[in-house]
Amino acid sequence: MDNRYIYEGASGPWELVIGLEVHAQIVSQSKLFSGAATAFGANPNTQVSLVDAAMPGMLPVINEVCVTQAIKTGLGINAEINLVSIFDRKNYFYADLPSGYQISQFNHPIVGKGYLDIELEDGTLRRIGITRLHLEQDAGKSIHDQHPEKSYIDLNRCGVGLMEIVSEPDIRSAEEASAYVRKLRAIVRCLGTCDGNMDQGSMRVDVNVSVRKAGEPFGTRAEIKNVNSIKFLALAIHHEAERQIAILEGGGEIVQETRLFDAGLGITRSMRSKEHAHDYRYFPDPDLPPLVITTDMVESIRASMPELPDDKKARLMQDYELSAYDASLLVLEAETATYFEEGLKCLQQLTSKTAKLLTNWLIGEVFAALNREGKTLEECPVSSARLAGLINQIQSGVISGKIAKEVFLLMWESGEEAAVLIEKHGLKQVSDDGPILLIIDKVLGEHPDKVAEYQAGKDKLFGFFVGLVMKNMGGKANPELVNKLLKGRLG
Amino acid sequence: MTNSPMKNDLVCLTLAEAKVGLHQKKFSAVELTKAYLQAMEQHRSLNAYILETPELALESAKKSDERLAKGEGRELEGIPLAIKDLFCTEGIQTTAGSHILEGFKPAYESTVSANLKNAGAVCLGKTNMDEFAMGSANITSYYGNVINPWKRADGKDLTPGGSSGGSASAVARGLAVAATGTDTGGSIRQPAAFSGIVGVKPTYGRCSRWGVVAFASSLDQAGPMTRDVRDAALMLEVMAGYDPKDSTSAPVDVPSFEMAMTQGVKGLRVGIPKEYRLEGMHEDLVALWERGTQWLKEAGAEIVDISLPHTKYSLPTYYVLAPAEASSNLARYDGVRYGLRVPGKTLDELYENTRSDGFGVEVQRRILIGTYVLSAGYYDAYYLKAQRVRKLIAQDFEVAFQKVDVILTPTTPTAAFALDEKPTDPVVMYLNDVLTVPANLAGLPAISIPAGLSKEGLPLGLQLIGPAFDENVLFRAGRVLEENASFKPILER
Repeated sequence: MDNRYIYEGASGPWELVIGLEVHAQIVSQSKLFSGAATAFGANPNTQVSLVDAAMPGMLPVINEVCVTQAIKTGLGINAEINLVSIFDRKNYFYADLPSGYQISQFNHPIVGKGYLDIELEDGTLRRIGITRLHLEQDAGKSIHDQHPEKSYIDLNRCGVGLMEIVSEPDIRSAEEASAYVRKLRAIVRCLGTCDGNMDQGSMRVDVNVSVRKAGEPFGTRAEIKNVNSIKFLALAIHHEAERQIAILEGGGEIVQETRLFDAGLGITRSMRSKEHAHDYRYFPDPDLPPLVITTDMVESIRASMPELPDDKKARLMQDYELSAYDASLLVLEAETATYFEEGLKCLQQLTSKTAKLLTNWLIGEVFAALNREGKTLEECPVSSARLAGLINQIQSGVISGKIAKEVFLLMWESGEEAAVLIEKHGLKQVSDDGPILLIIDKVLGEHPDKVAEYQAGKDKLFGFFVGLVMKNMGGKANPELVNKLLKGRLG
Repeated sequence: MTNSPMKNDLVCLTLAEAKVGLHQKKFSAVELTKAYLQAMEQHRSLNAYILETPELALESAKKSDERLAKGEGRELEGIPLAIKDLFCTEGIQTTAGSHILEGFKPAYESTVSANLKNAGAVCLGKTNMDEFAMGSANITSYYGNVINPWKRADGKDLTPGGSSGGSASAVARGLAVAATGTDTGGSIRQPAAFSGIVGVKPTYGRCSRWGVVAFASSLDQAGPMTRDVRDAALMLEVMAGYDPKDSTSAPVDVPSFEMAMTQGVKGLRVGIPKEYRLEGMHEDLVALWERGTQWLKEAGAEIVDISLPHTKYSLPTYYVLAPAEASSNLARYDGVRYGLRVPGKTLDELYENTRSDGFGVEVQRRILIGTYVLSAGYYDAYYLKAQRVRKLIAQDFEVAFQKVDVILTPTTPTAAFALDEKPTDPVVMYLNDVLTVPANLAGLPAISIPAGLSKEGLPLGLQLIGPAFDENVLFRAGRVLEENASFKPILER
C-alpha cells in the first residue's frame, strides 16, 4: 500500500475510504421549478413564489436553464448524459420544507457515470470516479436563535436548483478529497454553472468516511453533513478517521449515522438519533413528466463549452513550457487563468521566459499580497495589464528583479503603472559604465585593507564590494554591469 | 314563485337557453343571478354550497349586463355558475371541504375558474364536496353532507354522490346553471348519475390542474357538470386548453365540442365490455344499459362486444395509487404557513395536533394507506405493482380502441342510496367507483348521461368512454342517448 494512504493507529496502519456528495447551487436567475429569484443575501422571504411556499394547487415547472447547466456540468466531468431522467419526491416533514417533499432524482438522474482527474502536490495524478449528478431542490432555512420559543423560517433558498454530484468511494486521503473539491469547483466556475462560493453555501460537501485494514472490504461509514470549506473538509476527515479508528481499536463498532462537523471544536458529532431515521418514501413526482433531452441539445451545449481547466493546463504547458504544477495552479481558479491570459496579451515580448516570469510573479508576489490582505484576485489593485507592464520593465532591463519588488509594492498601494512609478521615484536601473565606475573607485578607495585581502586571495570579499556599490547606488545599478566592472577594477 | 316547476322559470333554463335569453335581452344577467340567489336561499337545506358569494355575483352580473348592452358579451357572459370548493378562487375562501383549510383565501385564481370568469361567467359560490375530494357520498365534508334533491318514495334523504356532490345537487336543483367538478376516480360522473345531470371527465391533460387543490395528481381532472350534453360541450370548451403552468397539461387544440355533438353516431363502433357486467349490478342498470345499446344501434352505430380483461384490478390499483399520491400531496397542510394551526410544544406536536384536528377520518385513512404503500419494504409490492397494473389497464383500452370508437357502460352499479344507508365498511363505499375508476387510470375521457329511472324513481346514468383527446365522440354518442332517454330532470317534475 502506498505510504501516503496509511493512517497509523495503535494497532498498525489503517486505510481511509472517502466518498463525497457535493451540492452545487446552479447559477440561474430563477429557481428549479418556479420563477422566484435566487440572488444571495436578499431580505428573508422576499424571493418566494406560490410554488415555493407550497400553496394549495401550485405546480412545479422545470426551469430549462437549470437543465442546460446540469448537462454542461455533466460534460465537464466527462460523464454520460441521460436523455431521459425522472423527478422523484423525497418525502419528509420539516418546517422549512413547505410541500413536505423535496423534488429530486432518485433512480434516473440526468447525468450518469463520469470522472475527475486530480493532481496532488507531489505531482501524482489520480482519477476519481463520479457515480452520478442529479438535479434537486434546496430547502429553506430555519432560524432558531431569534426567539426563545419560536423558530423563524426563511424560504428564499427553498426551491433553488442544486446539482448533487456523487463520487465513487475512490478517495483515500484528506488531501485527495480537498483536491477533488478544488478541481470540481474549478470546473463549475469555469463553466459558469455554480459560483463555487462555499462560504455563502452555494457549494456544500457531505463526506462519507470509513476506515479499513488494507485489503479488507469497506467498513461501516459515517456521513458528515454540510461541510462548507476545504479547510474544514480536511479537518473533518482527520477527526472522523481518528474517531473511527479509536472505536474499532477499542473493540467497538461504527454506527452508520449522520454527523455534523463542529468547526469551533474541530470535531464531528452525531446529528440524528436512530429513532428519527427517515423513510423518504421516494416515488416519481406525478406533477412532472419524465425530462427528455435530445442529442442535438447535448451536442449544442457541448459546442458552446468554454475551455476546461485540464485542457487549458495542457495548452499552457505546451505553449509556454510551464511546469505541470505551475500550470495547474494557474487553471485552478477561472479568475487566475483569466488574469494570467490577459497579462500574457500585454507582454511586449511573449516568450516562454516572460511567460514563466509572469507566472512566478502571479503565483508568488501577487498571491502572497492577496493572502496578506485577505483579498481575492478580483479585488487585486494591480491589474493583469499593470503586472505585465512590470514584467516588461524587468525584461527590457529598466529595473532589476530586486527593484521590481519595490516597484510592485508601490503599484499595490497606488495602482499606478510600473513605468510611471519608476520615473517618479527615480528607480530606473543605472546601466552606464561611468557612474558605476565612479562609485566603484570611491568604495575601493575607502577600503584599501579589504582590497589587499581580496587580492591576497580572499575571494569571498567580492560580494562585500558588490553590496557596498549597490548600496551606494541605492540599489539601482545594473547588477551584471557592477559585477563586470568590479572584476575589471580589482584585476 | 321561484320554486315553480315551469320551464319559463329562469332557473330552469339550460346554459344554452340562458345564453340566448341574455343576448336577446329577454332578461338581464342581474335578473338571472337574482333568481339563482333566491333559489340558493330557498334550498339551503340541501347544503350544496360551502360558501355563497351573492354580492360578488351581483357585481359581476352587473358588469356582464354592461358588456351585453354594448354587444361585447363573451362565451359565458352573465351565466351564473357554481365552482367546486377544490378550485382556488382569488380572495374567496377555498376549503377543499376540509377543516384544515377553513378560512383560507387564496391570492390566486385556478386556471379553469379563471377561464370561466374570463369568458364572462358569474360565480355564485363554492360548492360542497367530500373532504379533499375523497369520498363517493359527500359525507366526508367538514361542512356537513349534501342532500340529493331527488327523493325516494320512503322520503329518506339521499346522497347526491361524491365527491362533487355539492355541484351535482346545485345543478340538479337549479341552484346554478352549471358547475365545475373534479374527477379522480368518478367524482364527477357518479354524482352526475345520482343527481340526474350530465358530467364530463375530460382526457387527463385537457384541463389545467393549476390552482386546483391536488388529491391524486396523476388522476385528477376538472370537468363540467351540466343540465344537458350541449351545456357540457359549451362549458368544456371554455374550461379546457393548454396551460404552461401545468407540466401535465396537453398542448393540444380544443375543438368545438358543440359542433361535434350534432354529428350523430352513424357508422360509429360502440364497444360493450363484458367485464363491466358486474355481479350484484342492479337489474335496473342492466336493463338501462341494454336500452342504451339499443338506442345507439337504432341510431346507426355498430355494437361490438369487447373485453377489458384487467378491469377487476382497477379498484385495488386505484386505492393504492391515489392514496400514495394523496399522502404526499397533503403533506403541505402542516399548520406552518396557512390554514388551521393547532399549536404544540414541539414542531412534531404542531404537526400532529394540526393534522389530527384538521383532517377527517377518511382523509387520515387514505394518508395512512398512502404512506404505508410507499414505505421502504412495501413500495415494490404495492406502489410499483399498482403502476404496472395501471399500464395493463391502459393497454386494455388501447387494444379495445383499435376495434371500437367509444365504449358504453353504466356509470354506477346502483342508484343513489340514502344517507342513513351509507356503508360502514369503507371498501363497500369504494365499490361505487368500480365502473368509473378505469377511465381515470387510463387517462381517458368519459361522460355520464342521465338515461332513465330506477324502479324507485331515482336517476340512473350511462357512461361513455372515449379514446384520449377524443371528447367529440362522447358528445356525439352522448347526445343520441340524451335524445332517446328524454330524461326529465328533477327541476321539471
